[in-house]
Amino acid sequence: MAGHHSNWPEWIYIGIVVALMTWVGAEAWEVERLIEHVPADAEIIKVTGQQWFWTFEHEDGTKEIGELHLEAGKAYKFEVVATDVIHSFNIHDYVVLIDAVPGRVNTVWFAPDEPGVHDIQCREYCGLIHYNMRGTLYVEEPSS
Amino acid sequence: MVLELQKPRPIWQIMFSTHHTDVGLLYLITSLGFLFLGGALALAIRAELFLPGAQIIGDAMTFNRIFTVHGTTLIFLFIIPFASAVGNYFVPIMVRYKDMAYPKLNAIAFWMIPPSGALIWLGFADFTWYATPPYSIISAPGPAADMWIFGLKILGVSSVLGAINFVVTILKCKHPDMSIGQVPLLAWSFLSSSLIILVAIPTFAAALLMLLTDRLGVSGFFNPALGGDPIAYAHLFWFTFHPEVYVLVIPAIGMMYEIIPRFSRRPIYSYGSGVFAFVLLSIVGFSSWAHHMYATGMSFTEKTVFMVGTLAAVPASAMHVFNFIATMWNGRIRFSTPMMWAVGGIALFFSAGAGGVVNSAMPLDFTTHDTYWVVGHFHLFVMGTIAFGSIGYLYYMFPYVTGRMYNETMGKIHFVMSFIGTVLVFFTQHVLGLYGMPRRIFDYPPIPEWIAMNQIASIGAMIIGVSMVIFLANMIHSSAKGEPANTDDPFGVGGRYYYPFEAKNPSH
Repeated sequence: MAGHHSNWPEWIYIGIVVALMTWVGAEAWEVERLIEHVPADAEIIKVTGQQWFWTFEHEDGTKEIGELHLEAGKAYKFEVVATDVIHSFNIHDYVVLIDAVPGRVNTVWFAPDEPGVHDIQCREYCGLIHYNMRGTLYVEEPSS
Repeated sequence: MVLELQKPRPIWQIMFSTHHTDVGLLYLITSLGFLFLGGALALAIRAELFLPGAQIIGDAMTFNRIFTVHGTTLIFLFIIPFASAVGNYFVPIMVRYKDMAYPKLNAIAFWMIPPSGALIWLGFADFTWYATPPYSIISAPGPAADMWIFGLKILGVSSVLGAINFVVTILKCKHPDMSIGQVPLLAWSFLSSSLIILVAIPTFAAALLMLLTDRLGVSGFFNPALGGDPIAYAHLFWFTFHPEVYVLVIPAIGMMYEIIPRFSRRPIYSYGSGVFAFVLLSIVGFSSWAHHMYATGMSFTEKTVFMVGTLAAVPASAMHVFNFIATMWNGRIRFSTPMMWAVGGIALFFSAGAGGVVNSAMPLDFTTHDTYWVVGHFHLFVMGTIAFGSIGYLYYMFPYVTGRMYNETMGKIHFVMSFIGTVLVFFTQHVLGLYGMPRRIFDYPPIPEWIAMNQIASIGAMIIGVSMVIFLANMIHSSAKGEPANTDDPFGVGGRYYYPFEAKNPSH
């Protein structure tokens, strides 16, 4: 409209941007597809979020509050629920993040590779003590 | 030309006027007032987070209320009214019409803002600007929450009325000699953002009503205890508010389209691509809302769809950046204050967009979601891009509004301090997010990296705060006692300053 000059630099630039975005999208799709594949032998941990603490229940019925003890080298699948408002279950060091939504069971899995201590926190605003809805993950040596 | 402050009038004459420049002035003063109020809350937040433990804000509830009102104020009571101020002043002039299409409606739309601002500030709700259920239904204390809901309800109506007015003014009242392809890009930006508002806002308006009836206990749309689904609210909210992001940013880009060619002393590189990018962005903007919700337990397919929709918006934004750089290329650039703000805004727009690509990529989002990364990311848009474009334009329109010049040195100091501050606060917050600090927290454990990053961010915020005091002093002093401006060419860049179309539209 404004003038009749050739606009090829802009087309090249748009081409590069589109190519870059396609690459980002394809790579993200591939990685997400891989990490959403839960190993069949993953042990199930039931996680309950409520104002303002986390409760964990192991497959054998053991319950823990605010602390979670797991073994290195094993895969775990978290089944995350909430009883009151939305929370978000997060172990930042292992990029474990899923919302705890009342009325839904959301799942996320991970496999800690070495022993250590990591923070568990709530990453969705849930009210007065949201800032301190924290827990601790203890990854221990394999027992066998 | 309209030079309000050179010909003093009783304030009630401006308040009860329906003339577009008077309503524009009301929007302008109101939005700047809320900018300073919301900014003061930001400084309180940053002061509190300077160190772990309670600092100046005694308790978590007060802190939660402060960041809620901070966000609500700056989005709905600063950015949107400021854009309306610019649109009111310049859209009628750009389409060569005597006023907005519906002057009374225009005044009504403005006068809805003070009562809703009062509701939001007197209530001081605590459920974040996102008002997420079930927290907002079963846990958030009233009457603050209800006042917030009514405040936003009124603001929604005001936005819709304003949008109708802009669309009709641009499409139906433009001068018959002027084709739509000659309408300046600033007016195009208002056309695009107004059309987005008309499509997007009704959804949230409905969600707000449902939230209110849920709070009253007569319905359970979003309350799982009554069979509702809180994630449904998230969909309704983001269907409105992701496009709303473009409603906020598009007028700021339009303002940069006024500033950049003028101070580069070259015509815009490609008018056509600017129009195309506005229209494209306002359509593609509707295909990305659920990228805010990857962590709510969405299926792989849903996440993929919304990731693609999000990435599709990138080329449209990139076209604007290209257009600006190509316009400045080989231009005889004069770095007056408005140009500095516009160029700084483009740099931060690019940074914000690059960070946004990271968020949209599904696996990476799980690192950044609901951390300070996201806070830094969207603040680079709202502060770095939108506020920078808006403040630059405010300096640019200052001679037009007041007939006087602002103090150039103070304007430049304001820019340099704000730019440094913005980088210190919001780039640092990206890093803080990668360290895992969640957003919306009153206190944090004494992790050394978190403390260091928070302190850098707080110092940056104080620098912005001081620069804003300089800005306020400059505006007040210069509008009363500044040098009279050469209203034909106040910036000495050649050409004529504002669209001196005196001819009224003969067909109206």
